[in-house]
Amino acid sequence: MLKVENLNVHYGVIHALKDVSINVEQGKIVSLIGSNGAGKTTLLRTVSGLIKPTSGAISYEGNDIITVAPAQLPMRGLVHVPEGRRIFSGLTVMENLQMGAYLRKDKAGIKEDLDKVFKRFEILYSRRNQDASTLSGGEQQMLAISRALMAKPRLLLLDEPSMGLAPLLVKEIFNIIREINAQGTTILLVEQNAMQALKIADWAYVLETGTIVLGGSGEELLNSPEIQKVYLGG
Amino acid sequence: MQQFLQQTINGLSIGGVYALIALGYTMVYGIIKLINFAHGDIFMFGAYVGMIAVMNFNMPIYLAFIIAMAVTALFGVIIERVAYKPLRKSSRTAALITAIGVSFLIQNGMLMIMGANIYAFPQVIPNRFFTVFGLRLNMLQLVIFATSIALMIILQFVVSKTKLGRAMRSVAVDKDAAALMGVNVDNVITITFAIGSALAAAAGIMVGLYYIKVFPFMGFTPGLKAFVAAVFGGIGIIPGAMIGGFAIGLIETYVAGYGSTLYKDAVVFIILILILLVKPSGLLGKNVKEKV
Repeated sequence: MLKVENLNVHYGVIHALKDVSINVEQGKIVSLIGSNGAGKTTLLRTVSGLIKPTSGAISYEGNDIITVAPAQLPMRGLVHVPEGRRIFSGLTVMENLQMGAYLRKDKAGIKEDLDKVFKRFEILYSRRNQDASTLSGGEQQMLAISRALMAKPRLLLLDEPSMGLAPLLVKEIFNIIREINAQGTTILLVEQNAMQALKIADWAYVLETGTIVLGGSGEELLNSPEIQKVYLGG
Repeated sequence: MQQFLQQTINGLSIGGVYALIALGYTMVYGIIKLINFAHGDIFMFGAYVGMIAVMNFNMPIYLAFIIAMAVTALFGVIIERVAYKPLRKSSRTAALITAIGVSFLIQNGMLMIMGANIYAFPQVIPNRFFTVFGLRLNMLQLVIFATSIALMIILQFVVSKTKLGRAMRSVAVDKDAAALMGVNVDNVITITFAIGSALAAAAGIMVGLYYIKVFPFMGFTPGLKAFVAAVFGGIGIIPGAMIGGFAIGLIETYVAGYGSTLYKDAVVFIILILILLVKPSGLLGKNVKEKV
């Protein structure tokens, strides 16, 4: 579904991604783990067009998307939930969700998806007219994910959804991700919480200082001694 | 008491004009963090377009408003695309200096085209007075006040209730996140300039009608005062610009009425200094520390 080939990204003189190639198959959850500054966020931002790569190819559903503007991608079903949630403060919860459906014209469908979101996250319903910035961290993450769902994604890019959340909420967020995937959305997940990310992953990659150093099924990586040593604290 | 109410009415009508100009400053600042110092000159441009529409094309005043707002909106869009958009990724100082340059360009361009002579805006609104509870209400003041309030209500509706307004607020909060939702950020910025310029044009015609004089440098003082109004209310905050505009209009009128007309401009700048000392984020602004 998504194919990244020999991608190189530079920030000035810094070579942030070096010949990165990954493959995300339809219907799967693919996790990308790695330490801080490894280039995980850069990779997602490049896929969604916010950063222009120096070389390499990105194809989504068979089409090259490097030249496509970020604002065009939601229409094609590729939706990115950025790091740090980035909900719109000053807009209500409802307005944030409406922003997620910005490019959609099917009013009935939007209403239907809104109902689905409110059914899944009752807390968002009860706070729908509240300024989104007054929500707790966990609620904001749920809003950020729900906002992305309002665009009807076929491929969802999730950047550190568990960041800054209490352990119980982290578990809930991962359950939600699994649920979204079960309903047919392919997921590319970037996480520092390697344990959880590998547990739910069909396939996973390890990124270190801009290079993919390892790739394998979630289970393989979970059981790999190197991974256990470096990322799982074993 | 009666004099006080009379002054209040005067202050509210000129305050509405300041509020309309201040809205342009604040909306542009809210969305791209640029103090558009050419905004006062866009206001002047609008006054000229409105005057030409009435004087040379014999248009009724409401049509002159519409034409001037449309032409000036287009003018604002051209300025944004030509002068500011290429600097979107440069330092804010570079954009600010460019804005000052654009201001000079518009003033002197107008000087070149229309000459230095002061035109008299045709007095198309009948000079009628009504007496209500002993207060003299001028027809012109009523028209100005009603028009500015109507425009503000329309703006408030667009910003708070429509899809475009949501997109504008989203872009102001977080451009990348808005782009990820599918918002064409550049277009939203352009539309913001168009709206701000159209409001300035309406204000330009009102000032033309009120003070009669139209000349290339007429934008300087009202522009500066409206800027103070925007800062007073909290720059970037739309209701703040409205409150600030009325506040500056009222204060200025009271000073002129009870003190001396000589001080009315100075007082506005004293207010600016006081706000910057006491609450730089303005009346409605939250004190936010810059994130590192």
